[in-house]
Amino acid sequence: MSQLEGRARLVGDDVNTDYIIASTRKRDTLDERVLKRYLLETLDPSFAASVQPGDILVAGRNFGCGSAMEIAATVILAAGIKAVVARTFNRTFFRNAVNNGLLPIECDTSVIVEGDRLSIVAGGESSTVTDVTRGLTLTAPPLAPMLASILDAGGLVSFVRRSPRATCVP
Amino acid sequence: MTPAGKTISEKILSAKSNTDARAGDIVVCNVDLVLGTDASGPMTIDYFARMGGERLFDASRVAFSLDHYAPPSSPKTAAFHAQVRAFAQRYGGQVFEVGEGISHQIIAERGRALPGDLVIGADSHTVTCGALNLFATGVGSSDLAAAMITGTIWLRVPETIKVVLDGKRPHGLTAKDVALAMIATLGAEGANYRTLEFHGNGVNEFTLEERFVFANLAVESSAKAAIFANDSATTDYLAPRTSARGTAVASDGDAVFASELVLRLDELAASVAIPHSPNDVVPIDTVSNIPVHMVFLGTCTGGRVVDFHEALAVLERGGSRVAPGVQLVVTPASREVYLRLIDDGTIAKLAAMGAIVTTPGCGACCGTSGAIPGDGMNVVSTANRNFKARMGNATASIYLASPAACAAAAVTGHLTDPREVG
Repeated sequence: MSQLEGRARLVGDDVNTDYIIASTRKRDTLDERVLKRYLLETLDPSFAASVQPGDILVAGRNFGCGSAMEIAATVILAAGIKAVVARTFNRTFFRNAVNNGLLPIECDTSVIVEGDRLSIVAGGESSTVTDVTRGLTLTAPPLAPMLASILDAGGLVSFVRRSPRATCVP
Repeated sequence: MTPAGKTISEKILSAKSNTDARAGDIVVCNVDLVLGTDASGPMTIDYFARMGGERLFDASRVAFSLDHYAPPSSPKTAAFHAQVRAFAQRYGGQVFEVGEGISHQIIAERGRALPGDLVIGADSHTVTCGALNLFATGVGSSDLAAAMITGTIWLRVPETIKVVLDGKRPHGLTAKDVALAMIATLGAEGANYRTLEFHGNGVNEFTLEERFVFANLAVESSAKAAIFANDSATTDYLAPRTSARGTAVASDGDAVFASELVLRLDELAASVAIPHSPNDVVPIDTVSNIPVHMVFLGTCTGGRVVDFHEALAVLERGGSRVAPGVQLVVTPASREVYLRLIDDGTIAKLAAMGAIVTTPGCGACCGTSGAIPGDGMNVVSTANRNFKARMGNATASIYLASPAACAAAAVTGHLTDPREVG
């Protein structure tokens, strides 16, 4: 079980990984501490500067579509965002999030408003997102056991290190 | 009760996991090929080290292509290449050098992806290889590193959407037009977690090279894989490339499909995806007044020999001249494509018209190498993504169209139905 609280930062549907971090930025560095300055710059050039550690990204459908580039997940983490709540995730981003310990929560995000206080309880039978500002609790389906164990390990690196054969046993 | 039959995805992932896999199951599969690039490779190498990787599970099944920064335009991108080469020197694995071409194009051309195979690549367009009757899917760098160490990957067995290509193809209708109609109908998320499996009498209207276009664009509807049946086009493509035959896989007559999408070829026409989404597709005659400043022929969608022939035919019909103020950029998808276009005179003809010919690889597609459009420019491209800033300039507008329609725009200087040229 993990628990976190933070401020909702809203983006829309079909936010592709190029919008999360532009491919052209990767030409200059792969250091997320630098790249986080350009987080979501194509959608909103002022977004990165307004992010506070602990913020929670809230998205619509198909978050992280397009390129499978993993840096889209690690740049979000580098900005101090530990969870993304989305109506749905694109499959490649979802894997990359879990593999790096970025918590992906899938639930109806339509009621959440920019700046709302959110409280997330993840793990177990189901996860919940409480919009404290609005007094609403949203429920997310549980992760598949394989994914939950990777996330519990803190990501795929620790998971493989802990048990190099583990990926052979679902 | 007899269990229902299986889709191609269920059969391949059953074979690779040694289980009776059904849609929705999570299975651990043995991979046939693990493919990285210079864009995903540096992070893969970092994950490999952090995971405690000491050796590759099988060096003959690991390859990297230096395709996104081809050639490197800065010391930093040159250093990415050096890092990939040093890794391969130490651990094994093949490096396809700068100029060899785009990763998934190379492995198709060299007979390294065979019917029945499971290929994973840290490039979302790895799905392109599914045109050769195999399960190919894109992953990130960490999954790639884990597969390099273990030789396995966990996969959720996807449901399958049956895509039926129906009827005769009208004269002038390109694979790109049909594939754009497909991803427009499905939407950006319509195939998320799912495989597209291609059926129907219309499949035979398209060559194997054209099938790559469908499989490639499938990921713009978020498809996990896009798979064609094995037929004479598959064997004819592979025969000169490898003596290996693979294991042809067909879906069962009673396989369960999640849904069906029928594309009637005689109802489709020349189309273009407008900024800033590949799924936002309109008939080309509704946007024919849009001026075009840059035309890009290339990429893993439209950078093969047939694509340049299709474009050249339109350019020649239009008087073999490019409209004033239009920059025509030509990037073959691979060295094999480049050499064939040199041999048959295509490159000389395009260069004589003023085309800029660049290094085989990803080129200008994602702004990592090649020509960057100027402020406010309109680009028409044979590529697969037209997201804002995709080509490296957020003020440019990118339209996606067939090689024929791109060539027509090069002739007239504005978006043009290629049937109206000449």
